[in-house]
Amino acid sequence: MESLLSNIKNGEQVIIRKLKDSIFKVKMMEMGLVEGKKLEVLFRAPFGDPIAIDVDGYTLSLRKDEAQLIIVDFQKASKA
Amino acid sequence: MKIALLGNPNTGKSSVFNMLTGMRQHVGNFPGVTVDKKTGIIEIGKEEHELVDFPGTYSLYPRSKDEEVVYTNLCDPKNEDYPDAVIVVVDASNLERNLLFFSQVYDLQIPIILALNMTDVAKRQNKEVKIEELQKLFPEATIIETIARVKLGKQQLLEAISSLKERKGHIFHKDITVASSLDISEQELDTSKRFTYLKEVIGSIEKVTKKEERQANRWDRILVHPVFGYLIFSIILLIIFQFIYVFASIPMDFIDGAFASLSQWMTDSLPEGVLTNLLTQGIIPGIGGIAIFVPQIALLFFFIAILEETGYLSRVVFIMDKLMRPFGLNGKSIVPLLSSVACAIPGIMSARTISDWKERLITILVAPLMSCSARIPVYTILIALVIPSKTVFGFMNLQGLVLFGLYGLGLFSALGVAIVLKWFIKSKDKGFLMLEMPSYKMPRWQNIGMVVVEKVKLFIWDAGKIILSISIILWALASYGPSGRIDDAVAKTEQSAKENNWSEDVKNQSIASVKLENSYIGILGKTIEPVIEPIGYDWKIGISLITSFAAREVFVGSMATIYAVGDDGEQNLPLIEKMRNEKRADGSPVFSLATGVSLMVFYVFAMQCMATLAVVKRETKTWKWPLIQVAYMGVLAYLGAWITFILLS
Repeated sequence: MESLLSNIKNGEQVIIRKLKDSIFKVKMMEMGLVEGKKLEVLFRAPFGDPIAIDVDGYTLSLRKDEAQLIIVDFQKASKA
Repeated sequence: MKIALLGNPNTGKSSVFNMLTGMRQHVGNFPGVTVDKKTGIIEIGKEEHELVDFPGTYSLYPRSKDEEVVYTNLCDPKNEDYPDAVIVVVDASNLERNLLFFSQVYDLQIPIILALNMTDVAKRQNKEVKIEELQKLFPEATIIETIARVKLGKQQLLEAISSLKERKGHIFHKDITVASSLDISEQELDTSKRFTYLKEVIGSIEKVTKKEERQANRWDRILVHPVFGYLIFSIILLIIFQFIYVFASIPMDFIDGAFASLSQWMTDSLPEGVLTNLLTQGIIPGIGGIAIFVPQIALLFFFIAILEETGYLSRVVFIMDKLMRPFGLNGKSIVPLLSSVACAIPGIMSARTISDWKERLITILVAPLMSCSARIPVYTILIALVIPSKTVFGFMNLQGLVLFGLYGLGLFSALGVAIVLKWFIKSKDKGFLMLEMPSYKMPRWQNIGMVVVEKVKLFIWDAGKIILSISIILWALASYGPSGRIDDAVAKTEQSAKENNWSEDVKNQSIASVKLENSYIGILGKTIEPVIEPIGYDWKIGISLITSFAAREVFVGSMATIYAVGDDGEQNLPLIEKMRNEKRADGSPVFSLATGVSLMVFYVFAMQCMATLAVVKRETKTWKWPLIQVAYMGVLAYLGAWITFILLS
């Protein structure tokens, strides 16, 4: 099932399927947000924006409209 | 030899810099951008090498104007800062992302050292880097393990610098080439290819023994909590302000006193003359005017450095970002704006943490609207003069309420102007957050000390010379007038002093008063009278407006000189009395409610602080923005004062 990263609840783990085209695309990739990367949504700021995610053990904060550019899949129980 | 220091943000790059250079650091400019160029000297035996600290970036490709220095300096061998060697600091606990940047720099064929830092943090996360495998990937790089926070690896780094490996043309991957800084789609392709290849090989370089189940950190739960997050931030701010407002006044009073005594002592011991006057009334007070800001600047940056080093600052940005965004500001704008309540100078300097240029510029431009501590003496004397001390709404003091209102007006207008500027300032870069939130760490006192020393030095040298020059100009304008004019006026005053048997004090105060009245500044004050008359001011207020351009609090001293009363420096009771009794031609008091409040509003808005202007020039590297700032704040001040005067008359 696919969704946007901005809609993922705290504590849920997802895998990046695709980054939408935008001027931030390269920047996002440089921050480690590349296709196939596992992410976990950690927590959100008081008004639900920005959100903090875990990328390979480091914490990244993203504004909600930045997170809307990331299409993710829910992580399956076991992935080869 | 010229060596460039590169790396992702939060990799401990500044610790590596401090470890290699010690105290021998110097801050200059990269041409054309607002980034500071920090250089230091590395000593190896008798040899000296220059280490240039570049801004921390996640890749070679610039995302903002400031990041361009990395690309332009490294990719152009003709550039004056093109290095003979590079050290890239790589965070061992974040290997894959850090190796993206490293692989790009590796391909540039400059002799390269990989400083594998934070291996202790990696170990705690059960990650281990296999150096031999990493070496196979980058055979022409020298790899050194460091833990720079505790100064581990310095010797090995120095040895690596002395015996650099020659570059023979090896690149990261045969199908990947560094793209041009302008071609976004090529950059995308390059970045994606590099990550694809890195993903293939990362398994062989990095051994992860136990995949850590990462939970939202306990601290994070509290520090970004909707209630406790803001509460804790407020308490921290309160503590910082306590220091800046209250405790900084101790060294500030000392500096103030010391310069006043020095000036007095020089006046007494040097022969009378122009040079003595220049020294005692222009240069020494000018230097004093620079030194007086040092305690506040040092303290503010001490605290900001702690917040940054511990990792807390990024959490503050996280909880403030949504609130600041509608105003064209950034979560990071909160520190500069609040600091400006103490003094706009350290506030504007602290805006440097904002990476987006537009958001940073708006923050800088509106920061001086926050009512700073230099406005307090002006507000206090005017409130005492025209606002009755009575209780309103049963429990509030009207005078206190007005003071509170002036602070509110400042904050409110800062946010309002920010919204307007958001529409006017064009920027190619779209603001983004995408911020790494570093893990919590204990602060390193050496790093904090370095930051404080660096900021104070920058302020003294860059803003100081402008403050000093304007002080001297103002002194000259206040001491000289058209030929003979001051002498005639003084002679006349001495004459009437003799006729009326004035005491020595009265005579001296009257002479000081006529001297100022007949100086160029006095004439200027009278010239602008038609302009300031509609907002309720006379030429005496005009003179004080001009002299207080040096600093707002000078208003009080100037008024005391003009009204020929001694400046007792404390309660100013004689001055308030004199001002209260001052009448216009028609017999009505000069300081009516309308004039008094109009003057307060004027001081809320007007850019009456050359030191701030000097700092804005320093931070924006052009006179354009400080001039725009003077203009818009001047228009606001005049209009605000005019409307106030009309409404209250």
